[in-house]
Amino acid sequence: MRNKTGFLMLFLLLAATVLSAQVAKPRKGTFALTNATIETITNGTQKGTLLIQNGKIAAIGSSVNIPAGTETFDCSGLTIYPGMIDGGSTVGLSEVSSVSLTNDFDEIGEITPQMEALTAVNPNGAAIPVTRVSGVTTTLVVPENGLLPGTAALINLVGYTPDQMYAGAKVMVMNYPSGGRRGFFDQRSEEDIKKEVERNQKAMNEVFDQAALFAHIDSAAQKDPSLKKAFNPEMQALAKVIRGELPLMIEVNSAEDIKAAIKWVQERKLKRIIFSGVAEGWRVADEIAKAGIPVITGPILALPTRASDPYDSRYANPGLMHKAGVKVALRTSSAENARRLPYNAGFAAAYGMGKEAALRAVTIVPAQIFGVDKEMGSLEVGKDATLFVSTGDPFETKTQIKYLFIDGYMTPIDSRHIQLYNEFLNRATGVEK
Amino acid sequence: MKNSLLLLSFLLLGVWSFAQPRTGSILLKNGNVLTVTKGALQNTDVLIVNGKFTQIGKNIVAPAGTKVVDVTGKFVMPGIIDAHSHIAIDAVNEGTAPVTAEVWVGDALDPLDISIYRALAGGVTSVHTMHGSANAIGGQCETIKLRYGSYNPEDLRMEGAPRTIKFALGENPMRSHGEGRGIQPRTRMGVEQVIRKAFAEAKDYDAAWAKYHAEKASNPRALPPVYNRRLETVADILKGNIIIHCHSYRADEIYMLLNVCRDFGVKKLCFQHVNEGFKVAPELADFGAGASVFADWWAYKFEVYYSTAYNAAILTRNGVVTSINSDDAELMRHLYHEAAKSQHFGDLSDDEALALITINPAKQLGVENRIGSIEVGKEGDVAVFDQHPLSVYAIPQLTIVDGIIRFDRQNDKKDMRLEVDPAQPIPAFNMEDHEHVDRCMQGTEDLWYYLFDH
Repeated sequence: MRNKTGFLMLFLLLAATVLSAQVAKPRKGTFALTNATIETITNGTQKGTLLIQNGKIAAIGSSVNIPAGTETFDCSGLTIYPGMIDGGSTVGLSEVSSVSLTNDFDEIGEITPQMEALTAVNPNGAAIPVTRVSGVTTTLVVPENGLLPGTAALINLVGYTPDQMYAGAKVMVMNYPSGGRRGFFDQRSEEDIKKEVERNQKAMNEVFDQAALFAHIDSAAQKDPSLKKAFNPEMQALAKVIRGELPLMIEVNSAEDIKAAIKWVQERKLKRIIFSGVAEGWRVADEIAKAGIPVITGPILALPTRASDPYDSRYANPGLMHKAGVKVALRTSSAENARRLPYNAGFAAAYGMGKEAALRAVTIVPAQIFGVDKEMGSLEVGKDATLFVSTGDPFETKTQIKYLFIDGYMTPIDSRHIQLYNEFLNRATGVEK
Repeated sequence: MKNSLLLLSFLLLGVWSFAQPRTGSILLKNGNVLTVTKGALQNTDVLIVNGKFTQIGKNIVAPAGTKVVDVTGKFVMPGIIDAHSHIAIDAVNEGTAPVTAEVWVGDALDPLDISIYRALAGGVTSVHTMHGSANAIGGQCETIKLRYGSYNPEDLRMEGAPRTIKFALGENPMRSHGEGRGIQPRTRMGVEQVIRKAFAEAKDYDAAWAKYHAEKASNPRALPPVYNRRLETVADILKGNIIIHCHSYRADEIYMLLNVCRDFGVKKLCFQHVNEGFKVAPELADFGAGASVFADWWAYKFEVYYSTAYNAAILTRNGVVTSINSDDAELMRHLYHEAAKSQHFGDLSDDEALALITINPAKQLGVENRIGSIEVGKEGDVAVFDQHPLSVYAIPQLTIVDGIIRFDRQNDKKDMRLEVDPAQPIPAFNMEDHEHVDRCMQGTEDLWYYLFDH
């Protein structure tokens, strides 16, 4: 009897081992990455060991004490980089872009600032592993369309609930009323576009007037707990922007709109402004620099916004803004293609930004813009262990990622794309069954 | 006198602008020459005379008067070929019936399209510009050379290139006709039957004409069948005069068309997009069908949800002639980078990766004896890069079509439009870089609004 139970236990243990070997999961632990080249971003290039303990970078250097029981990975010939941050995407908010019911970034209504992108992040979206195995560990997920579509959230691409993924930063999103066309399918007349812009600008001013008033009354009301507050989620969300508690990220792209948006935020004395998109930033780079507004631009792999523009205007845009003194981070503005962030950065680098600035534009600069540079964006002791080990320059197309750590979790280099490769490279049957 | 001189100069100008030379001569000195088919040659000269490669080697002396360009330290590769594009045409979809074989995008060529110049700036020299994917059997396509600068649509055609036609399986024809109009096909079963019916009718049509031609000598009263351009074209497919380029995604529909073509004896077949081609790679290889894929586009619609970016590598390793295409005026500008992705998602060699955008698309378009590699006797289409073209940092410097420089980064005039369009909307600002839109469905916008906005 005892033997039988023992046998059963052994069998179950074996079965569990086999099963767990089949499904690789992110796991925590103490990890040492030895003999590595370490691109710290903020402290130059170092050689030696990077130690991960309790989810944080515990040590970096040539003489690191490795505690007993540490899992060690020899990284000879390999380079460690901080995880790349995509400054704007819909990863986790969109599963199949043409199937509307799988899209959670576009709520009905022009003014819906109370919408929380974090709520709708699907931690099990197929694009999440696909994106992170390319070294993109962190992304701002952004609600879209309308004037005030909601609040964007910074997430790490690991975790089983949105709160586990949350990386500590939110920004309010506003789409500046645009006078441009959205693409070949946009067949509105010029007059209709003009009317729509005027209508939207009026709505924008009204809602910010209301929000300012609401914030004023609300602040006064907070001093008197006996006052009952009305349920007004839109205004409660916007009051955070008025009070400077939440940054306002304004999507703005054409040169005319950028200039108007700068004037608008200055007139309203709004604080903590970020511009996103900024496709024609190169045309008004000095004005943006003078206003001191940081920029999240992209995609870089994009067509010129005017037929008369230089063919490489979008490739050159981040470099031109950077040279003018604008703080520039990069984004893909995509869901399934967010893994192309390093390639967008590579093109930005080649067409004038330079490799170093482009690397900063996907690491420390977005971390600074989102106010999380104490936690991420570079390899420094005490920061979150969000990093990857690669065969070289992560922008270079053929570079492979060997090890991946996100928020301290060693994350398997696995995704549906890799699984399909493994299954179908040499199919079980040829043409004959 | 003054007036007549003016008139004469106008006339001469007119003659000059309508009869621009299509071929030229140029010597590229001392480059790293990536021939694709004959390996990489260091410190090598390439001579193009009257539009053809005449010599590849060291210390070549150019005929007097030939333009010489020093390309020391630079990389010289064959002009890039895009096997799937919709640039340089005014119309994409004749989405009015499930079979529209009678139409031809070659009737709607637009030599003024700025996309042509932008593609040249990405090292592209030849393009398969295609009908859209609204119909199971769409219109005929056109293989063009990017001779930007001419106002004459005829100058774009790659004279003598085989005829090609667009087919489409799956969601697009199902959506356009089944969902949009309530007629077959609404399912992948229906798509098969639409194609089988067209093939069968064309076979009968062709037999009727053969019967008439046989009879008319002996019987002056023999009546010819009613001429039908649609069936005439489909009959040409059955006779092997037209290569099928079939928009497709799912493995089952790809397999279906292989079976249909086998039943009708059709052999010239290349699948486009073919995101799930990797699942039936042995079947594709066995048939001898080509596959023209995206490097890593996926999940923009349900039928590409189960894709893998390793598609090109799996197909190549299984012996399928594979190319990487753009279907997009932006992506088209960096096909060299798309090809390099086969070294990230897979482990293709430099030659294998470059073949995906040169000799392989040339094979799929039936022009591999003319373009797609740097070989003596072939047409002088070249892209010159400052770094190896498979590096993300490579910037195209010079693009040459038939021996004529059509793009030179050093002499880029910023505004390269041939003509200012007076109907262009003001402001001219236009953004369309959000997500992958299925460009194959261009021209069916009414239907889009019907389906998605109502």
